[in-house]
Formats: sequence, structure tokens, C-alpha cells
Amino acid sequence: MRRVYLDHSATTPVHPRVAAVINRYMLADFGNASSIHEFGKTAQQALRWSRERVAELVGASEADEIVFTSGGTESDNLAIKGAAAARKDRGRHIITSAVEHHAVLHTCEALEEDGFQVTKVGVDEYGRVDPEEVSEAIRDDTVLISIMLANNEVGTIQPVTEIAQAAREREILVHTDAVQAVPQMPVDVEDLGVDLLSLSGHKMYGPKGVGALYIRRGTRLLSQEHGGHHEKGRRAGTENIPGIAGLGEAAATTMEELPQREKHLERLQRRLIEGLLQVEGVHLNGHRRERLPNNVSISAAAIEGESILLGLNAEGIAASSGSACTSGALEPSHVLLAMGMSHEMAHGSLRMTLGRDNSQEDIDHVLEILPPIIDRLREMSPFEIQ
Amino acid sequence: MYTDKVMDHFMNPRNVGEIDDADGVGQVGNPVCGDVMAMYIKVKDDIITDAKFKTFGCGAAIATSSITTEMVVGKRVDEALKISNREVAEALDGLPSEKMHCSNLAADALKEAIDDYRSRDADEESE
Ligand SMILES: Cc1ncc(COP(=O)(O)O)c(C=O)c1O
Ligand code: FES
Repeated sequence: MRRVYLDHSATTPVHPRVAAVINRYMLADFGNASSIHEFGKTAQQALRWSRERVAELVGASEADEIVFTSGGTESDNLAIKGAAAARKDRGRHIITSAVEHHAVLHTCEALEEDGFQVTKVGVDEYGRVDPEEVSEAIRDDTVLISIMLANNEVGTIQPVTEIAQAAREREILVHTDAVQAVPQMPVDVEDLGVDLLSLSGHKMYGPKGVGALYIRRGTRLLSQEHGGHHEKGRRAGTENIPGIAGLGEAAATTMEELPQREKHLERLQRRLIEGLLQVEGVHLNGHRRERLPNNVSISAAAIEGESILLGLNAEGIAASSGSACTSGALEPSHVLLAMGMSHEMAHGSLRMTLGRDNSQEDIDHVLEILPPIIDRLREMSPFEIQ
Repeated sequence: MYTDKVMDHFMNPRNVGEIDDADGVGQVGNPVCGDVMAMYIKVKDDIITDAKFKTFGCGAAIATSSITTEMVVGKRVDEALKISNREVAEALDGLPSEKMHCSNLAADALKEAIDDYRSRDADEESE
């Protein structure tokens, strides 16, 4: 059976070049970067090299603006909690959006318990935040704005540059979760004007459990881990050298491949969206243009997402859904609801996220397999397509 | 996550559809995640002779609907009423715990269909 993986926003396969690097730093060059012997030096060099590659990828001017973490979740936590703690004497108000990843939303909720106030700006039907609304939400005690660069469910790209402009005039820190954006679009911290930016290894053909936070020079954060003096006091703990070296290699391959990768993904995305919109009662979720090139999110009327996923899985196709039935909490996706979608349409949502390893044949295969699954489920449904 | 039996009933559901001249119809919604099931039954001499369903829901909801229709055909109405959601789940070799609520859907729809049949039956007798 042909197997087609269309869940690259959940995780990506490790790039073969990355796997080779990880292997080397596990088996041969396994030293601790704090040691002064040769083994330690080799690890330090890997750390330095990777920091430079990640800095280069996001347009940071200095390698030391990059701190390595255990992944996107920790980067978001460090950015938000670290900035909030460092600035709590100036103010205790944070602005974020209703469509952030839980790594941001739940972190902000935890700060609310600690006496911070959080304003969550809404989005339009395409999942876009209005920069005006963010500006209007700014108060005298606002210390941080955290708005993601691209959404993980519907791929909508946020106007972070505009948002950051208004914030900088008022000396408010801006964080952006760029976990989904970094692997598929050019990201530059200077163009964006952000102070903090999160990224994650396993979404960019690197390993799981490693990520990075860009921290603009001069930005003070309170470390959330107490221990040794690693990462210049910003993140204690013996560095995960194999993971970090892998992340460095993933950053280097992304730099090299990005122009080609974007074109490839856009071509596949267009083909898949056009094909799916031929199916009756199928609606595209998210923005038509301001969208990651690898995201295809649809809703199919009158049917439920988990049952679509099971049908696809039985045919070797891997995707995901924002349906209540697929979430542990049995709630439909907060992103789709924030976009004003009905529970019923959120129920029928299906997310297919493309990757560098997908081919046109994969897309044609999905376009052959999916419509009959939708038909079959609709025959079982008590609802009619409106 | 699902047993082979669940997957079999999901991939090849038995008794999908509606019965035009049904003797009882029940439609229920699942308060947990908003899914809906409709069940249609035919009854002769107090025995369920046919059952069909339509379900908007997850794989577990579809599989439990399917196996419930199989389990009730040939049963007396009062026996069918005794089928619990636990028995339905057992007949499928088990359901993941977070999916147990989906099996209520089928049991509830069946109960509604039988209530509907009984109220129609009572109406006829009183005429
Ligand atoms: C937008 C976004 N932020 C943060 C994360 C968390 O990253 P990680 O899995 O590396 O902790 C994810 C991954 O699910 C994501 O999509
Ligand atoms: S019907 Fe929603 S989880 Fe089963």
C-alpha cells in the first residue's frame, strides 16, 4: 500500500543529513561542552556552530542571541514567563491572541494565576489578527505582546511586523512563536522587529526535544531553570549536544533548501486545494494568500473529522483534525471556534500539512482516495449538506 | 487505538440507512461532543424485525451504532431495552475509555426509538 504522510505540522521526518550529525555527536563526539579536555572542546565547537546556523536562519545579528531549549514549548515558556518575571515591576499586562498554540495560551493562563492580566485579541474568519486591535489593547502597564507568526492549524500568517511596530514605539517586548513558520518561509527578526522568537527542531526536519529561543541583545529574561551557568545563565542544564548539533544542521539545510522547498510546497498545495474544492460541501479554512505553503485545512459539511482520519489511515494516508472527537478534551479546536466556525463545521475539519518529501503523485493519490471516503461518511450521516 | 472489531464495523457498517415505514424512530445528540444518531426500527408481534441507523460522529460512534442494530434484530422489545452501553462496548471487544461516552449514543437512540414505537402502539390501541 502507498503510504502518504501529510501531517508535517505535527512532526517531520529527520533529514538524512541531520541524522548523520546526531549520530556522530552521540557515538564519537559525545563530550560535555563544560569539560576542558578535547572531548569538551569538540562539543563546544558543535554548540558554537549550531548557534551560528540558527542565528543565520532567523537573521539574528549575533550568535549569542540564540538560546537552546528542549523545544518549542520550553521556548514559549521561557520567553513569556521569563519576560513577565523580569518586567513585573513595570507592569503586569500581556497581550496575546485567541489562536495561539497551547504552549503560549496555557503559559499566559498560568501567569494570570500569578496576578498578571491577559488580553486575548480575536481573529477574523480567516484567522488573522488585526494589528489595530492589538494597538488598541495596549495599556500603560503592558509589558509583553505574544502573537504567533503562522498558525499550526490553519496556516494563517499574522501581521507581526505591523504589530511589533506599534509595540516598539512604546517599549513593549514582542514575542512570536515561529515554530511552524521557520521551516517553510523566510523569517527575519529584523524585518519582523521582534525581541523574542521561538522555533522547534522536530517541525523543521530536526530531532524532537530540542528548540531555540532568539533573545534580542539587551533583552532581560529571568531564567526558568536554576542550575549551572549554561547558555550564559539563561537556561541551566547540560546542553543536549546531539540534539543541538542536529538542530544546527536542520537550520543549515533549511537555509539551503528554502527557496526550492517553498516552490515545491506551493505547487503541491495549489493542486491539493484546487482538487478538494471540487468536492461538494468542502470549504477551505484559513486565508487564501496569507498562508503557509504547506498547510491545507478544510471542513467537510455533515461529517466528522475523526471518522475521515480513520478512513484515510486505513488507506495509508496520515492527516489530522480539529474535531472535538479527536481532542482529549472533547472540545473542538479553539482556533476554528475563534474564527467563528460552527461546532458542526469544526467537527468536519481535516488538516493536511505537506513536506519536502511529498510528491505530486502523493497529492493525486489523496485526491483519488478522499472523495469516496467523504461520500461514504455522508451516506451514513443524518445531516444534509446545505 | 481501536480493536479490529470496531474497525470492521466502522469500515463495513451494517444496516446503514433509514426505514421509510418505521414503527419507531429515535434521534439523539451527544452532549459531550455534539454528535447525532438516528435509529429506525420495524416491529412485528413485539419482536424487532429490522433496524437501521444514520450517525454523524467518530469511528466509535459509527461502530457502536452498527453493532447495536445487529444486536437488536430478533430481540423482543423489552429485551432490547435492556442492552446497556457497556454490553455494546463489550460486543466490540472494548472501546478506549475516552470513547465510552460514544456508546451511550446508540443505546439512547435505541431507547428513544422503542419509546416512540410504544407511544404509537398505545395510540393505536386507544383508537
Ligand atoms: C505553533 C506551535 N508552537 C509550539 C509548539 C510546541 O513545540 P514542541 O513540540 O517542540 O514543544 C508547536 C508544536 O506542536 C506548534 O505548532
Ligand atoms: S462521537 Fe465524539 S468522540 Fe465519539
